[in-house]
Amino acid sequence: MITVKALMQPHRIVMMLLFAALIIWCAFSLRWDWIPQYAPLALQGLWTTIWLLVVTTVLGFLLAVPLGLAQAIGPWYLATPARVFCTIIRGTPLLLQIWLLYYGLGSLFPQFPWIRSSELWPYLRQAWPYAVLALTLSFAGYEGEVMRGAFSSVAKGQLEAAKSFGMPRFTMFRRIWLPQAVRNVLPTLGGETILQLKATPLVATITVVEIYAVSSRVRSDTFIVYEPLLLLALVYMVLAGLIALAFRRFEGV
Amino acid sequence: MDTAAAASAQQPDTRREAIRVEDLHKSFGDLEVLKGVDLIAHQGDVVAIIGGSGSGKSTMLRCINFLETPTSGKIVIGGEEVAMRADGSPASQKQIERIRTKLAMVFQQFNLWTHRTLLENVIEVPVHVLKVPKAEAIERARELLVRVGLGGKEDTFPAYLSGGQQQRAAIARALAVDPSAMLFDEPTSALDPELVGEVLTVIRDLAAEGRTMLLVTHEMKFAREVANHVVYLYQGRIEEQGPPAELFGNPQSERLKQFLSSVG
Repeated sequence: MITVKALMQPHRIVMMLLFAALIIWCAFSLRWDWIPQYAPLALQGLWTTIWLLVVTTVLGFLLAVPLGLAQAIGPWYLATPARVFCTIIRGTPLLLQIWLLYYGLGSLFPQFPWIRSSELWPYLRQAWPYAVLALTLSFAGYEGEVMRGAFSSVAKGQLEAAKSFGMPRFTMFRRIWLPQAVRNVLPTLGGETILQLKATPLVATITVVEIYAVSSRVRSDTFIVYEPLLLLALVYMVLAGLIALAFRRFEGV
Repeated sequence: MDTAAAASAQQPDTRREAIRVEDLHKSFGDLEVLKGVDLIAHQGDVVAIIGGSGSGKSTMLRCINFLETPTSGKIVIGGEEVAMRADGSPASQKQIERIRTKLAMVFQQFNLWTHRTLLENVIEVPVHVLKVPKAEAIERARELLVRVGLGGKEDTFPAYLSGGQQQRAAIARALAVDPSAMLFDEPTSALDPELVGEVLTVIRDLAAEGRTMLLVTHEMKFAREVANHVVYLYQGRIEEQGPPAELFGNPQSERLKQFLSSVG
């Protein structure tokens, strides 16, 4: 815990004063007059960033569990495809994956009349489904590897105890194996979620308007370069901090 | 203790059979660990299984509830034979799961579930396997924890307890399923010497109330005191068995004599 007394050291006071001066300088000598005009768009962008992060980490994790399980204990015909998938995802840039899906699938789909006439077409012609897909697959690829290790790391005796009491296999997985595996890798998952947050700006390249895209818009509209970027950095730091706090609470349980 | 019952080798025993093992073989690769073991435990028997390390005693215990897959042999629990495939694995997952719920095991390394509190450990199997109503399971779990001397530790996680406390909690967890027989796999071997006594006291009480138990142990004094039948395993075979007074007081085989003198 940080106490007030610990902060009242000469060198810390100097640091805090310098930091305060920097903030005050930023507030008064930089241009912030564009904010009111772009605030609604920025809020929308922030919301897009947040739901993209939540949806793709949750879906990605749900996919990572079977990917990890297949690699940890699956028969070769499940383990091999899972390993290949994780290797490809981890071995190629996310930007490339996003573009391949958006420009590849996105230009392939319209060639099939039955897709164009389907109920899904209004969504498939937008950019965000491809962003969700690419980010989900990417998270699944990395976390599949993490979960492989997590499943293997659960002590054998823990599972043996469950087995010896006649616990059915799925109950054992749900009640003992998965919770322990996840607990073992919670710090890693927290870090990976923050990495995922910082990967979201890449979807701006396929026209999804999240918070980074808003800052680009401000720059190209007003030719103000630094201020939107500074604010953007602050937004990401706050989000990353919130994620770190949330995971620390989980770990405390 | 009913020592007359231990003479089962000579006299036909009319009590119900709890566990019967016939011609049990187990190999790990080329290494044959069990070379044809037979064992009968009746209701209320306390059978101590002793032997040097590598004699196969733990493997035998683990074959009984199929934590290890026997290579061949026959296992009958409470009159019900476990159906086995040609490779020794249980033929029916349902059957083996049902039979396992009647055999509670206590491990050398305790194996309490580390992510759950003591109370949660004890109610886990009753609630999620046996489908006992939760309130009922909690009430019973509290009683059991008090019984093994852990009243007040319900909400503690296993990592915060001593080995002796963890093992007593593991015994409470085993009792919570109301087992027809209990399997103890060297329950005191991982404990500091000063913690052995508290665990043995709990096991002694269970023996006194007529629980059927198979006990793999290195505690010869304890085996002699609580068991009504002792089995000495040597290199995967039963070298000698009988009532503790005879086996410890007047060992027949050279190997047992040597073993007893070496463990003091």
